[in-house]
Amino acid sequence: MSVIALDHVTLSVGGRGVLGDVSCAIAAGEFIGVLGPNGAGKTTLFRAVLGLIRPDAGSIRVFGRAPQRGDAAIGYLPQVRTLAPDLRVRGLDFIASSVRGERWGLPLRSRREREAVEKTLAAIGARELAERPLAAMSGGERQRLLLAQALLGEPKLLLLDEPLISLDQHHQESVVALVRGFARERGITVLFSAHELNQLIGALDRVLYLGNGQAALGTVAEVMTAPVLSRLYDANIEVVRADGHIFVLSRGRNVERSDHLHDHGHAHGRDQHHHDHRHA
Amino acid sequence: MLEYDFMRNAFAAAGVAAVVSGLVGYFLVLRGQTFAGHALGHIGFAGATGAVLIGMASVWGLVGFTVAAGIAIGLLGEHVSGRDVAIGVVLALALGFGLLFLHYYTAFAAQATALLFGNVLAVDRSTIVTLLGLGAVTLAALAAIMRPLLFLTLQPELAEAKGVPLRFVSTAFMAIVALAVSESAQIVGVLLVFALMVGPLATAQRLVAGLWSGMILSAVLALAEAWFGIAMAYATDWPVSFCIALLSALGYFLSRGHWPARHSAAAQG
Repeated sequence: MSVIALDHVTLSVGGRGVLGDVSCAIAAGEFIGVLGPNGAGKTTLFRAVLGLIRPDAGSIRVFGRAPQRGDAAIGYLPQVRTLAPDLRVRGLDFIASSVRGERWGLPLRSRREREAVEKTLAAIGARELAERPLAAMSGGERQRLLLAQALLGEPKLLLLDEPLISLDQHHQESVVALVRGFARERGITVLFSAHELNQLIGALDRVLYLGNGQAALGTVAEVMTAPVLSRLYDANIEVVRADGHIFVLSRGRNVERSDHLHDHGHAHGRDQHHHDHRHA
Repeated sequence: MLEYDFMRNAFAAAGVAAVVSGLVGYFLVLRGQTFAGHALGHIGFAGATGAVLIGMASVWGLVGFTVAAGIAIGLLGEHVSGRDVAIGVVLALALGFGLLFLHYYTAFAAQATALLFGNVLAVDRSTIVTLLGLGAVTLAALAAIMRPLLFLTLQPELAEAKGVPLRFVSTAFMAIVALAVSESAQIVGVLLVFALMVGPLATAQRLVAGLWSGMILSAVLALAEAWFGIAMAYATDWPVSFCIALLSALGYFLSRGHWPARHSAAAQG
């Protein structure tokens, strides 16, 4: 049985078509790199899988049933992370707030819940973040904290929306390796969106490349070809392989890279952390 | 000073209002909605003067207007652009209406001063009972939504994905803030509600990072500032509201002076 199955799905946000007539199936335990230019529908697809938006046409099945809002089997790391810069709440309380945070009543944590939080923090080597206030954490440390929270509660499916943003290359590699190891040990299916394939190239099983309202799902060799990507970018694309890396070029310009820089300028301008764009 | 009835009443009323304001204010500061809290006080002024004009107790006008306004602000949503501008325009209008109502009320000056700056020394037993009842409702409502409120405050996107009813929880919270503002305004007046609702919790959040320790410390600080303020007023004959506002500001600036050293040490370590 597929963990996620899209059957002729059409998705739109605010009247703007994002995906049109997309069909694909993702099997249990797969690590899928979700790629594509800005606005290609990565976040929209995640929100549809979470049951936050409904497809205009077609059907989405998650674990064989219609997506349910608040599905405990899905761990989610949202892309738009509204973190007040001077939040003086410590890491433990921050993560713990998401543990059955949708229930009514006082935010009291049982001992089992506290232990689960601590175990997850330990599993990703972030135990020391528990007692630190968020205001005193670097961008990389906050990212690890958010990752720990997505892994909480033994999810069967992880939707990680751009978890590498605002991390330098060293931290990017460690986050990818961490997710890969954690998911493989527990047989968790992962959808990991990123700007550049090269960030994920050693870890992923298959690529889901979105663009131009369409999607291509397959191995790196199947998807990262000039004909497939030309269709998704609606442009003449050249794929260059060098030194174990793959570059997507349009008239000599690296389209994944330039997209990335563009995105930082706009969506994350308020982020005060230093960004390192030199991935190669 | 406790041999006087009016002093005992003042301590009791200020104590109830301070604890409620301290706990509710903790979330107000955490959510960055202090401006909305401030606006509710001004809007309450119109309600209070209107109630007095038609012969009701001012507290019920205060409660009615602030709760209605709180629900309206909550329904405006979290991310509506220009929301603060809209609130600002409405609060100016509300103050204007308050003035209009006072214009038709003959005992103008004393009533206006009491509403704007509080008059805790004039609190009677029945007001204390009202404050206790309102306080109990406020805290019970806060306790009921505290868990999703905290989740929503710290991680709105994830909370939405996990099924927290965003609009309902944030609107209910603004109604709770409105009740706390009404309580606080009985003690320090609508213009100085910040002294009890924002000062202590801003101080507490600078001193401790834990959730429960922060909440408890903020309630304790609010209580201490209210009680010491009354004692100080008794000793000096200065207005009580001034003393409370002064202590609130002192606490905040002292904690600000204390914090940066710890903050930079943590960032390096």
